[in-house]
Amino acid sequence: MSDAEASEYTMKYIITLSLLTLFLSSAMMQKNTVSKSKSANFQADSGKIIYETYCLPCHQEDGSGVPNMNPPLVNTDWVLGDSLRLINVILKGLKDAEVNGDSFSNEMPSHDFLTDKEVAEVLTYVRKSFGNKAGAIHPEDVKKQRAKK
Amino acid sequence: MRHLILSISLATLCMSFKPIDKTPNKTQKLKADADNGGITLPKGFGALVVSEGVGKARHIAVSEKGDIYVRLSKLKDGKGTIILKDTNGDGKADETKGFGNFVGTGIAIGNGYLYASSDSSVSRYPMKNGIPDESKPETIVTGLELYGEHGTKSLALDDKGHLYVTFGAPSNACQEKNRVKGSKGMMPCPILDWHGGVWQFDANKKNQKHADGFRYATGIRNIVGITWNKEQGELYAMQHGRDQLTTLYPEMYNAEQSAELPSEEFLLLKKGSDFGWPYCYHDRFQNKKILAPEYGGDTKTQGVCEGKDKPIMAFPAHWAPNALMFYTGNQFPAKYKNGAFICFHGSWNRAPLKQGGYFVAFVPFGKDGKPSGDYEVFAEGFAGGAEIKSANDAKARPMGLAQGTDGSIYITDSVKGKVWRVIYQ
Repeated sequence: MSDAEASEYTMKYIITLSLLTLFLSSAMMQKNTVSKSKSANFQADSGKIIYETYCLPCHQEDGSGVPNMNPPLVNTDWVLGDSLRLINVILKGLKDAEVNGDSFSNEMPSHDFLTDKEVAEVLTYVRKSFGNKAGAIHPEDVKKQRAKK
Repeated sequence: MRHLILSISLATLCMSFKPIDKTPNKTQKLKADADNGGITLPKGFGALVVSEGVGKARHIAVSEKGDIYVRLSKLKDGKGTIILKDTNGDGKADETKGFGNFVGTGIAIGNGYLYASSDSSVSRYPMKNGIPDESKPETIVTGLELYGEHGTKSLALDDKGHLYVTFGAPSNACQEKNRVKGSKGMMPCPILDWHGGVWQFDANKKNQKHADGFRYATGIRNIVGITWNKEQGELYAMQHGRDQLTTLYPEMYNAEQSAELPSEEFLLLKKGSDFGWPYCYHDRFQNKKILAPEYGGDTKTQGVCEGKDKPIMAFPAHWAPNALMFYTGNQFPAKYKNGAFICFHGSWNRAPLKQGGYFVAFVPFGKDGKPSGDYEVFAEGFAGGAEIKSANDAKARPMGLAQGTDGSIYITDSVKGKVWRVIYQ
């Protein structure tokens, strides 16, 4: 390795190292802010964010759904009743179900890409919002249900 | 200048009055409701409420006798079609009767028959003295695959003995897993073999299967509003554009872009037309078909979409055009003649932007069978005063359109099944 080559090599090494440090520190900073805001506000808030991202487009801001297309999440046994069945709706999706006496044309896609914690958070949010008053869902329940397959 | 305007308006006035002379007995008795049934119309127009509610209404047809047939999406007292009759000529329904025991969207009167569709079949009834004979049903198309998403069948009859049936795609964008983030678009999309288009059948042949039909046009995600334009001798329809660009591809589309994309498309369907779904969607800001992200698109690349058929007009996203009708009557002013009326059922997925639609639009047409100007709002106020955040906030949603023999137009509502009759005074 010539001197010129050596210095170029060192230069590249330094640049890579500093880029890596930059990336790592920014990733850590991001992680810090996220966990900070999570610990500051209860899980209902993160449940709301998940709801707004994945659920609201179809089930609407007030959980009332869309007539003939997407079912309501308000005042229905599907949400307020059996929590294991409800967890399955998120993990496996749902098709051709009757909700409060009406049928709905759109298929609920599987959301199994959400983590156990995220599923628990969004379901807890839904079970405690839009006038709903039902118990929280715990990540362990989601984990068990997911393991059943 | 003033003279010119005066003489033009006088001329228009004369032109619009002249045809009414031909049918003096009916229209002259009609009086619009003081509040036009809660909707707002252009100057000179009025509306009366024919019925306050027939059920969950879909499409509508009016017979030569003036009887009104409304299809329902949910049975009412065991019936899937409601017949409204006005016996004293004031425009209001005095007689309400049920007809047929199956629900569905499509209805058309022609060839001496009343045609009605369920999501899996098309039946017809012979018209006897202007009334369909319920005791003599004939099955024209049968055994169609039942599916929920975009499963409703809309109908159109041409003047050559054909029946056109819409086969919406049971999918949003032909992903391997429908509407699931990260799931790839299938290549080629197998749905297009049997769905995602319009099939042509023999309007007079019984018991046809899907395979007996001919795929007249393809590459269409979903159509609800479809009609045959007699003057042009062509088929026109409204396409519902795809959903969920931002939930499926947040790195490419933010929520606002997803609310504004893609276009709802006004289509002129020729034999063999291909409008590009699921590979393409229409972007009205770039005024072209764009490669869908499921197929490698990046919001700008056209790729295979460059050669696909274009809409004759593009509307804002997600407004849900559910009915299309060309006006052939003589009651309305001349500018409406041969122009198109469109029911925009109203959006539910434009959050965080305001929801849109929930009105009836008018599009003026030239002799060439293409729009001759921009669309205008014809009837609005269906949803009620407050801002619509969720579809359930809407008091009424315009769903079906039909023209009466005297040139009035009828509008149905899908929430309670209110029926308006719009007249020009």
